Amino acid sequence: MAGVPRRTALAVLGAGAVGLTGCGTPLDPREDAGGIALTVAVNAISGGKNSEEAEWISEWVIPRFVRAQRARGVDVRVDFAPSGLDDEQYKTKLALDLKARAAPDVMALDGIWLGEFAEAEYIRPLRDVVGGDFAEWPGWRQIDRRVQALARFEGRLYGIPAGTDARLLFYHKPLFRRAGLPEEWKPRSWAEILDAARRLKRLPGVVPLQINAGTPMGEATTMQGVLPLLTGAGGAVAKGDRWYGDTPALRAVLDFYRRVYRGGLGDPKLQQEAKGRDKSFAAFADGRLGILAEGDYFWRDVVAPRTGTSPMPHRDREVGYTLFPARAPGEALGGRDHVSLSGGGVHVLNPHTRHPQQAFELLTALHSAAALRAQLDGTAKITERDDVNAAVLDRDPMLRFAADDAMAVTVFRPPLAAYTEVSSALQEATAQVVSGTAPKRAAAAYGRRLQEVLGGSDRIVD
Amino acid sequence: MAATGSSTEPEEGAAPRAARKPHEQDAAGLGARRALAFVAPGLLVVALFLVLPALWTLYLGSTDYRLTGIPAVDPQFVGVENLTDALGDDGFLNSLWLTLLFVVGSAVLGQAIGGFALAWWMRERTGPLRAVLESLVMLAWILPSSVVAFLWIAYLDRDDGTLNALLHTPGAAWLLDHPMLSLIVFNIWRGTAFSMMLYSAALGNVPRSHLETARLAGAGPLQQLRDVVFPAIRGHVLTNLLLISLWTFNDFTPFLITAGGPDGRSETLPVFIYQTALGSGQLGYGAALSFLMLLINLVVAVVYLRLLGRKRKEERVDDAPPAHARQAGAEREVDA
Repeated sequence: MAGVPRRTALAVLGAGAVGLTGCGTPLDPREDAGGIALTVAVNAISGGKNSEEAEWISEWVIPRFVRAQRARGVDVRVDFAPSGLDDEQYKTKLALDLKARAAPDVMALDGIWLGEFAEAEYIRPLRDVVGGDFAEWPGWRQIDRRVQALARFEGRLYGIPAGTDARLLFYHKPLFRRAGLPEEWKPRSWAEILDAARRLKRLPGVVPLQINAGTPMGEATTMQGVLPLLTGAGGAVAKGDRWYGDTPALRAVLDFYRRVYRGGLGDPKLQQEAKGRDKSFAAFADGRLGILAEGDYFWRDVVAPRTGTSPMPHRDREVGYTLFPARAPGEALGGRDHVSLSGGGVHVLNPHTRHPQQAFELLTALHSAAALRAQLDGTAKITERDDVNAAVLDRDPMLRFAADDAMAVTVFRPPLAAYTEVSSALQEATAQVVSGTAPKRAAAAYGRRLQEVLGGSDRIVD
Repeated sequence: MAATGSSTEPEEGAAPRAARKPHEQDAAGLGARRALAFVAPGLLVVALFLVLPALWTLYLGSTDYRLTGIPAVDPQFVGVENLTDALGDDGFLNSLWLTLLFVVGSAVLGQAIGGFALAWWMRERTGPLRAVLESLVMLAWILPSSVVAFLWIAYLDRDDGTLNALLHTPGAAWLLDHPMLSLIVFNIWRGTAFSMMLYSAALGNVPRSHLETARLAGAGPLQQLRDVVFPAIRGHVLTNLLLISLWTFNDFTPFLITAGGPDGRSETLPVFIYQTALGSGQLGYGAALSFLMLLINLVVAVVYLRLLGRKRKEERVDDAPPAHARQAGAEREVDA
């Protein structure tokens, strides 16, 4: 059976070769003129998703990299392959490209895909692709161990993490004022969130609260909804390499969903729409949504005054942010009062790259301190590098808050290959509750689904 | 139908099937070997691009092959487990039912009947109204799917949709509350042009003299349709139904509009297979589902082709006494 992927690859290559010989083109026409051709792909596209990142790569990183290589006598050509897709579709596209060995030389993955891609041998540890030299890159010393872990699977480094983030509650200050709620809102329990939502509900045309649910939102449901709540109820999804099934903490989370969506505090239909998450952003920016659980991405890229996809000209005055409270003070994982969730992307190399040395140099060029400062261009973000963070975070009080207060209580997702499937089982459980299933039954269904996904109960904590 | 049917019965099986001389069977006079050499390239292409992929699908469908993770490298043979799983999978059965609704609602009822009605109405009309209507229907057919999908999303959108503005029903979530109905209406709009064109061409073939004879004999429009027009275009009706039901069965455009949602309530079979195989990466299970879909396609095609074959046989018999059937038809009109 081990022959299957090889044969598939052959079939794909065969079909590709037929097409190419048909046109009389060699396999990589760009290398005809001599020199080295590299491709870098991230889920960003100029004028669309993560527009600034796309422009930064094609206009800042690539020209400087090419110039630096020329100065050393290496003739390099780098192409940027843009995408503007939902994350799940971007992942499928990369997996298919990697399977056909037609993937870009350097590419961005979400940290949680690392395990399944590594198990499928689509990507390999840096040591295998580049050789031992990879450890000599001086940038490693600037990257915190917790952040490095985003690029690690079973103890080995597969790439360079591209920053990290934190989950918070964002709230619309003008709406809070109209509802008679404090502008400096600091909820200490789930009950206080629901109380505020009930006050907001009195405003006509306003959806009080958006805690992502259902499958169309994909990982945003798990990351912005289930996991912060689960951690806040003292629970977790996994322990070591085993998973938790139907636990009291999960039932509490699903019950919170029931109270939000069956109690008229959230818009259940929005959770079913194909573009629901984008619509929630637009609703918040228009002042039709009171409280939104999101990552700091929302602040940086969605409601950013000039560059956001749903820009708010007076963001700094109108958008409040606060930590996710535990179910009740002290009830969160580790006896904490507040929680946050963190993740992040990773830039990896294609193990079949024809130029591993130059590909690695391009990879590090994406993570030099100068490159990151150029990317931020006066704004702020929690980057992977401590030296850059120290210099840039003070530009934006919100990101300083996320880096200090949220990162202090944050939790990372388990680096296990089955994570994405477990995550979609969690999304299904929330979808059931939103459409009326009792939390107990949805939690039991999740337990059964987990057994199907993991192929038995040996990897489920009793 | 009854008119021609009754006239053919006595002749059924009467054609002499007795031994023919060899040169009559070999019309081109090539001989078996040269004939084989002629068809070999065609057969090779069919084998390469049709039979082999089908067998490959069958093989993949018997493994637990996945897009990512360990089974991507080392898939295990699971036999018919995928097929038995599919038959007990609520998602699969649900998608099969939705596909049936989609095919019957939008292709068989909507496009075929709508297309015929349009063709019948346009038959003897000229002028600007016909030209405008025809171009509008054609436009729906020739626009690219992605453009059309975007237009329909904008049309049915919950917040700023055109339909809600027209009906003064702000906030009505058509795609969420009535996903299948929306898709069926969409597909009728999208595909009626093909049936209309095919029927227009077919109606042009109905001899005017027959219709006039029927009219003179006092047949009303419905009787003309039933006894003159329909027998003459029966072959076209079957071909049209075969093509549009297979197209609709395999149509992927619903994915562009609803992506199978909400909660799988518009997940027709092609969408379900896409979500299974590429969305959640279960390539083996997806291949097994594709194989089942292939079987269903074959069954539908075989049923239609047999109906069409029976019709041809009848025609061949009818050709012998050409006036006979017509006469029978005319007599019926008089009786009525």
